[in-house]
Amino acid sequence: MQIEPRENISPWRVVLAPVTAIGVAFFLCSFLIAWTGESILEAYGFLFKGAFGSRFALSETLNRATPLIFTGLAAAVAFRAKFWNIGAEGQLYFGALAATLVGTGAINLPPILMVPFLFVAGAFAGGLALLGPVFLKTVLKVDEVVTTLLLNFVILLFINYLLEGPLRDPMSMGWPQAASVIDAGVLPALMERTRLHIGFLVAIGAAIFVWALMRFTIWGYEIRAVGANATGARFAGISINKTVFLVAMLSGGLAGMAGITETAGTKGYLTLDLSPGFGYSGIAVAMLANLNPLGVVISAIFLAGIYVGADSMSRAVNIPTYIADVLVALSVLSVLVSLMFVQFKVRWR
Amino acid sequence: MANLKISNVTKRFGSLVANDDVSLEVSEGEVVALLGENGAGKTTLMNILFGHYVADEGTIEIDGVTLPPGSTDAAIKAGVGMVHQHFTLADNMSVLENIMLGTQSLWSLKSTVGKARQKMEDLASEYNLHVNPDAGIADLSVGERQRVEILKVLYRGAKILILDEPTAVLTPAETDQLLANLKNMVASGMSIIFISHKLHEVLAISDRVTVLRHGAMVGEIATRDADKAILAEMMVGRKVTRPKAQILEAGESVLELENICVAKKDAKLLSDVSLTIRCNEIVAIAGVAGNGQRELAELLSGLRSWDSGEFRFEGSAVTHPSARKFLTLGFGRIPEDRHHTGTVGEMTVWENLLSEKLGQAPMWKYGKFIDFAASRKKAAELIEQFDIRCNSMETPARLLSGGNMQKLILARTLTASPRFILANQPVRGLDEGAIAFVHEQLLEARKNGVGILLISEDLDEIFSIADRVAVIYHGRISPLLDVRKTNIRQIGAMMGGDMKAVA
Repeated sequence: MQIEPRENISPWRVVLAPVTAIGVAFFLCSFLIAWTGESILEAYGFLFKGAFGSRFALSETLNRATPLIFTGLAAAVAFRAKFWNIGAEGQLYFGALAATLVGTGAINLPPILMVPFLFVAGAFAGGLALLGPVFLKTVLKVDEVVTTLLLNFVILLFINYLLEGPLRDPMSMGWPQAASVIDAGVLPALMERTRLHIGFLVAIGAAIFVWALMRFTIWGYEIRAVGANATGARFAGISINKTVFLVAMLSGGLAGMAGITETAGTKGYLTLDLSPGFGYSGIAVAMLANLNPLGVVISAIFLAGIYVGADSMSRAVNIPTYIADVLVALSVLSVLVSLMFVQFKVRWR
Repeated sequence: MANLKISNVTKRFGSLVANDDVSLEVSEGEVVALLGENGAGKTTLMNILFGHYVADEGTIEIDGVTLPPGSTDAAIKAGVGMVHQHFTLADNMSVLENIMLGTQSLWSLKSTVGKARQKMEDLASEYNLHVNPDAGIADLSVGERQRVEILKVLYRGAKILILDEPTAVLTPAETDQLLANLKNMVASGMSIIFISHKLHEVLAISDRVTVLRHGAMVGEIATRDADKAILAEMMVGRKVTRPKAQILEAGESVLELENICVAKKDAKLLSDVSLTIRCNEIVAIAGVAGNGQRELAELLSGLRSWDSGEFRFEGSAVTHPSARKFLTLGFGRIPEDRHHTGTVGEMTVWENLLSEKLGQAPMWKYGKFIDFAASRKKAAELIEQFDIRCNSMETPARLLSGGNMQKLILARTLTASPRFILANQPVRGLDEGAIAFVHEQLLEARKNGVGILLISEDLDEIFSIADRVAVIYHGRISPLLDVRKTNIRQIGAMMGGDMKAVA
């Protein structure tokens, strides 16, 4: 068997490869469904209906996709520059913390200003959470995978402390949760009688912003160059440290905004179970999208659909919701393999 | 009976035919030179022989027995030994450990170190390849490392020795030593395949020359019937004349280095380097790889600072170096490694063409946004002017051939109208046509008043285009000599550290 790089990559292949890969993931997963004794088609039917089958299902899926778009963009931007930020989870909580600190009454602005203000505050907090790792990496060459990953647990424990102590809402009857975001800061709903809020539109705006930044600007050029070949970029006069810093602030900021959509949008207040691992799922989202900012939107909706759909499937037939994790994991694996087939061809002898 | 017989080997990589129906025979006690330009398929053929690659067609026989394809183990057992261009030694282990590596049984509890030491010493004295068995590889000179590589191969009982560009890293004196050792081995019945593109070495050592061009065998000639001109024409396929420098009066000094020192921890990488490069001249730095060229090049590219000494550009002192700053000052840089330093391979040809002008009009609007139309127009002009062969300017730069990649870098450098150019190994690995092009461009820049520093290991290159030459040895630079008043022998001696030869 020989693996050879392709010289001309047709756009068809780029589109078809991930689609086929996801088909393969569903096919492999159907063995597990068959094992539970349920009908495969019926189960997938419930999954699809639960994710996209009604106005409510769709709103739930898009609502779930909102923080995933932000964390997916955070990973996509960082990974493009080969800055391995695994700490989006912690940065998300820092963003949520910012929403609590400034959004629960400390600052009062009219809604038109309060909502943008919260997003900015969240972005700042997310970036702040990455300052330590980025300093350690640029000055002392400490591996950012280790620092960002471990910082997640530090931040979570810190939030835990705050929720048990200084930030606990006196009205919460003892539950470890913070005060609610004031009405002016709550993200307005997009559809009546659903949880979908304008955070989703902000997320799409962020994706377009990141896409344009990467494609049209000097910063995007520098980020791509540093990621593709740091030695070459440095030789051409690009400052590696400056670029890494920029990428880290952008990535942390995007992850921090996910904290805003959850605190000021979906949930209304900060708790310790605010995120069911959105920060980590963001990595899967980015990988599925091959780090393309616009692709992140699609892959985030896809992943959210699987999670939301699996919930409803498990209520209808006797299949545990964990099937969603299996499906997501298989999708990421098969998409990564399929992307290799886009870049390379295999010759058998 | 033929010792080794390669029959009708064909090997394709995608659309590229690396070996096209190549046949080669080597008998016992014979030296066959495999001659060809870079990319002619010499190394591919030898990698097939050694089992690294599997040929698409064709067979390899040793003493009448066909080798199973793709098995390095079988090749070694059949007596094939390969000394790679880039050494395959473990730096942190001793000479003896490197030689024994992979020869001990995993299941044996008994150490065979004593026996191995004896065997190695026997081989060393038999073939006059002396190295201290207990020395660490990291402490050895390049010539000594090569000796270890050869010993390693002999230790495994090789009868057919393949040497891939063995002299590329050696001084002229070390080369002579190597050739003498090889003759010694042949006398005792070894066969040797000697891969090179250096004609005089091929003429000195081989019995027979096989020439490869674009993967195909273009001819075979007994060495006694050959001379340099015949071989050069066979290799290139046409008569190529490299340009020669016209005599020019050098102008004012562009770049002055005075007692520049660069140290890393305790090691002095550059000590008291003093150099003056003037307008309208090419100053060459000759030397064996690893004597401080890399540090000197980094220094002049703005990638490295210095510990002490004076750095002046056009009369004013330069401090706080950075690549961006040097580019703005008027430095042009042609780096040693085109693939990893000179270009960003995943980015397109046009993006690479503007990489040193980030934020500058007309390719950038408002300093921060790419002006696609202006950038593509500029790129198209440069591609046309420098004859960069690529499918389109949207092609990733990594798909360009070495020569075209170098043209891209030259285009990017020269279009900025630099007043000083650092050319670090500008023609290494290029074919004759591309070499001539690069030299012409450098000479043209020289004529237009640019001062050029050429770092090269190739004395022929230095003597054909440089005006003055100095030798770098252990981080020190000799006084500059006029190229027209010195000769290859003198520079060769200096490259080996004999600075008395300066006089």
